[in-house]
Amino acid sequence: MLELLWLIPAFPLLGFLVLMLAGSRLSRTEVACVGAGSVGLSAVVTLVVGLSFMAAPPAGARFTQTLWVWLDVAGFRPAFAFYLDALSLTMIFVVTFVGFLIHLYSVEYMMEEEEGYSRFFAYMNLFVCAMLTLLLADNLMLLLLGWEGVGLCSYLLIGFFYKEEANGQAASKAFIVTRVGDTAMLMALFLLFAELGTLDIQELLQRAGQQFQPGSGLATAVALLLLGGAVGKSAQLPLQTWLPDAMAGPTPVSALIHAATMVTAGVYLIARTHVLFALAPAVLTLVAVIGTLTLLMAGFAALVQYDIKRVLAYSTISQIGYMFLALGVGAWSAALFHFMIHAFFKALLFLGAGAVIMCLHHEQDMYRMGGLRRLMPFTFWCFLIGSGALAAIPVVTAGFYSKDLIIWNAYNSEIGGVWLWAGAFAGAFLTSIYTFRMVFLTFYRDATEWVKKLMPIQQPGPCVHIPLGVLAVLSVAAGVIELPHTMGKLALFTGFLNTALPAYHGAHASYGTELLFELLAAAASLGGIYLVWVLVMGRPGVMQRIAALPWASDLERLWLSGWGFDRLYDTLFVQPYLWCARVNKDDFIDGGYRAVAFVTEMLHFVATLTQTGAVRWYATGIAVGAVLTVGLVILL
Amino acid sequence: MSLAWILLLPLAGGLAAWIAGRWSDLWPRWISLGTALLHLLLLVVTWGVFFAGIETGQGAWLMVYKQPWIPQLGISFHLAVDGLSLLLLLLASFLTVLAVLTSWRSVTRSVGFFHFNLLLILTALSGVFIAFDLFLFFAFWEISLLPLYFLIGIWGYENRVYATTKFFIITQGSGLLMLLAILGLVVVHWQTTGVMTFDYLELLGTPMSESTAFWLMLGFFIAFAVKLPVVPLHTWLPDAHTQAPTAGSVALAGLVLKIGAYGMLRFVVPIFPQAAADFTLIAMILAVVGILYGALLALGQTDLKRMVAYTSISHMGFVLLGIFAWNELALQGAVIIMLSHGFSAAALFMMVGDLQHRTHTRDLGSFGGLWTMMPRMGGVGLFFAMASLGLPGLASFIGEFLVLMGAFQVNVPLTVLASVGLVAATVYSLLMMQKVYYGARTDDWKLDDTSGRETVIMASLIGATLGLGLYPQPVLTTSGNALAQMREFVDKARTPAARAAAAEARKEDAVASVTPDGGKRP
Repeated sequence: MLELLWLIPAFPLLGFLVLMLAGSRLSRTEVACVGAGSVGLSAVVTLVVGLSFMAAPPAGARFTQTLWVWLDVAGFRPAFAFYLDALSLTMIFVVTFVGFLIHLYSVEYMMEEEEGYSRFFAYMNLFVCAMLTLLLADNLMLLLLGWEGVGLCSYLLIGFFYKEEANGQAASKAFIVTRVGDTAMLMALFLLFAELGTLDIQELLQRAGQQFQPGSGLATAVALLLLGGAVGKSAQLPLQTWLPDAMAGPTPVSALIHAATMVTAGVYLIARTHVLFALAPAVLTLVAVIGTLTLLMAGFAALVQYDIKRVLAYSTISQIGYMFLALGVGAWSAALFHFMIHAFFKALLFLGAGAVIMCLHHEQDMYRMGGLRRLMPFTFWCFLIGSGALAAIPVVTAGFYSKDLIIWNAYNSEIGGVWLWAGAFAGAFLTSIYTFRMVFLTFYRDATEWVKKLMPIQQPGPCVHIPLGVLAVLSVAAGVIELPHTMGKLALFTGFLNTALPAYHGAHASYGTELLFELLAAAASLGGIYLVWVLVMGRPGVMQRIAALPWASDLERLWLSGWGFDRLYDTLFVQPYLWCARVNKDDFIDGGYRAVAFVTEMLHFVATLTQTGAVRWYATGIAVGAVLTVGLVILL
Repeated sequence: MSLAWILLLPLAGGLAAWIAGRWSDLWPRWISLGTALLHLLLLVVTWGVFFAGIETGQGAWLMVYKQPWIPQLGISFHLAVDGLSLLLLLLASFLTVLAVLTSWRSVTRSVGFFHFNLLLILTALSGVFIAFDLFLFFAFWEISLLPLYFLIGIWGYENRVYATTKFFIITQGSGLLMLLAILGLVVVHWQTTGVMTFDYLELLGTPMSESTAFWLMLGFFIAFAVKLPVVPLHTWLPDAHTQAPTAGSVALAGLVLKIGAYGMLRFVVPIFPQAAADFTLIAMILAVVGILYGALLALGQTDLKRMVAYTSISHMGFVLLGIFAWNELALQGAVIIMLSHGFSAAALFMMVGDLQHRTHTRDLGSFGGLWTMMPRMGGVGLFFAMASLGLPGLASFIGEFLVLMGAFQVNVPLTVLASVGLVAATVYSLLMMQKVYYGARTDDWKLDDTSGRETVIMASLIGATLGLGLYPQPVLTTSGNALAQMREFVDKARTPAARAAAAEARKEDAVASVTPDGGKRP
């Protein structure tokens, strides 16, 4: 059954082609069937392929399927070939299943839009196809095809409501900022090919292991450049600025692309090329530091946002920071575990937020919401579960198991240490604060005037409720496939991934230490929730007193703008470049040519002055010329 | 098989169209379309023959035709087709078909003469691509100028006379330089070997002193650099492209720029392997400057057509970079860009033409929100904006990737700078989409989406771009032999042994030239 692999990206591609070529002639129901159905079929095939992969693992627990050779020049021979192992299988499983649920949700969510129904599903299908290509690519050139392909779809979907100028700007920003990272990645590819003579990933990793000295400049350069690509796509420091603005797209897009799947491409890239990073310990440390700084930076920024989607956007940046931290300390499987759990609960949160936004007529400001707990009970419970998982409420949520694994590894790993742990710990505290601030503002309190005006609130239909329910179950239950030592050690997930990624070797601290750290993490999570309950629900007066402090409003502005990175880049890069383009619109080089033409015309003008028609001038001219010529001949 | 049909067919068709134009406006169109299609069909058949030949292991030359022309001066009518020429012929023929189609409604004045000019361009450019005698090459090169001069000057837009005069003077000046360089080369060859010839294959490997080689190489380089164009010799391009009628812009961007690249590839490096090697750094710097400067200028424009014109400068910079990096990857990449840019520039110029035909403006500020009314046209714009920024899966990505990968092995810092051009290309491409198709409506135009004819044109270009991006191997195979032969020749001339031998020869030459009869060898 493994031969069916190619069908997984092929179905969404087919869906895209059908919708693009015939979309305007199809009814909305047909569009929905094609759009969601293609991803559904893809998910079914993934299930079949995945089961047969696990039931009867192929030799070396890897399977390669070559469709055709892309090109063959000077020993460079990339192919359209798919590579399946535990890593890519995990990823495509999440992409197709979460993707399908989000498509199903969109069937209802997008129904109220007047136009672009088929365009939306066409772009979404193309995105799924590109993402699957990225994940299944067996060489880096094909991976780049998927990589840029998801960038394109992200651009198209952020700017989906194209009539608003701001959406187009957000879309362009996302494309351009990630392209900066992509260019670094391109350099990595060239360097790898120049040194190793191949871009085939497995071949390349093997040759790198033999030819690169650990810690050598070359290995460091390659890893650094790949990291450039990863931070761009995964919205980590310093290229994180595009993600909060990416919320301009429809909410299912935010769920699928800017939370669950595409933004984790950087995590995948690092895990996929882990050998290169292992050869460059300095870069690996940098990965961990970037992850920690990003998770803290984004955590603070999320504290003060008004827009519910922006809170979720910053929390995504922050959670991917956790994944980077895990990668940086060599806990590869922990990163992937958090990726999967995060995909479940973040998709759930975005879809829940989408349901709220839809029912409140496109209101996104949390301060204008409130009291929705009773008005939208099903959505509330699902959202609460998602928030619990995000805030890593101990024992009952899946987010606890995945995040705790990372926090513990940040300390316990050979590369990790107290500082990284402290960052991750503080981040966990921040996470539960901003998450439950969002929950309390949106669903608790009394209903605001604005909400009352909209009553009675129309409940979403089954296409919205089913995905919410399924994702809520997964956000709770998916954690049990990986339990820590202290809770009866179960390692199904890491065991499976270890066929593709190196096993993690901790410093093996004692049982008691691990338990202590787990309790601390649990305390951070619950303590944050308690604190925010007090500040938002219990004694709002405290909040006002803090806000009245002189530095508080400055700090709020800083965090609200995501630490002012936009302004910095605008001043440093955007404005100077635009200024150059504007000033040189007429091309100063052409000025040189125009000057030649001008001088010629002037000479022409001067010469015409001599043509007076007066014979005595001509006679004088001839005489003077003759005398001068004769004089010159005699003198010389 | 005689090669003359490649030239005679479009010439005859052009004359017929001109004559038919006396009686009807429709006849010239159909005659031109038929001629161009037949030309394309015959070339495709030739391509098939070529592939059959590869399987039987034939050499780089597909067809050769040689007749003495002016034997006293060693000038012959030497035509030959190899893989590189064949690809460019196919491109020329294909784009001519589209140029005829795109002018179907928009050209109404002197229709017969217009089509004569279009087909004369095809004739002249075909001649440029298959002439293997420098005199003949020069003749075709100059002939190609005239129909363009008329196309811009007669059917162009508001500022056409200025544009076409500028175009003519600058390219004519560069042609003069090339003529001098050709004569210089022939004379040097005559002095050292005693044979007077203009034949390309015989002139290859002419020994000459370092400074002679440099100056002659520079003559050729500047002549081709004007056409390519290379900054700072580019300023004719935006005016000419913007003022030309759509078919003229297609011919200019799609084809005329390619003869600059072709000349660099065919003449500059192989004839002067050593001088070109010494010149590599400067040429690559000029290429990178072109990539970045063209992209910057494109961003600053307010005229959509001018913007597209400047993007050409940026893209052709990659071609120059690839040619001077001179390894298999980079050269193959350069050839792919020549084709892919032919498609995407043609498509964008035709898109601008279609928009201008509907709205009577090219001003970026007047557009906005056109997607609502013309989603198909918007899709075309989006597709070629993506092609322009080098999206993987499309033709230009293959070209740029290979060029950069090849150049990386020659000069890392310049390759990194050139890659910044990809980001710059993203900026201007997205700006174009934003200004034209996205955003709020600025006008209450009622515009029709693409007509059937326009859809066919665009679909064929999209198909070509996708095909070349997803399965470029047939094209790479076609150009492979020709490039390999050139590379082999040049690399041999660049080995230390060959250098030493050349230096030795020059020394003898120098001794000979001071002897009394040194200058008058038989």
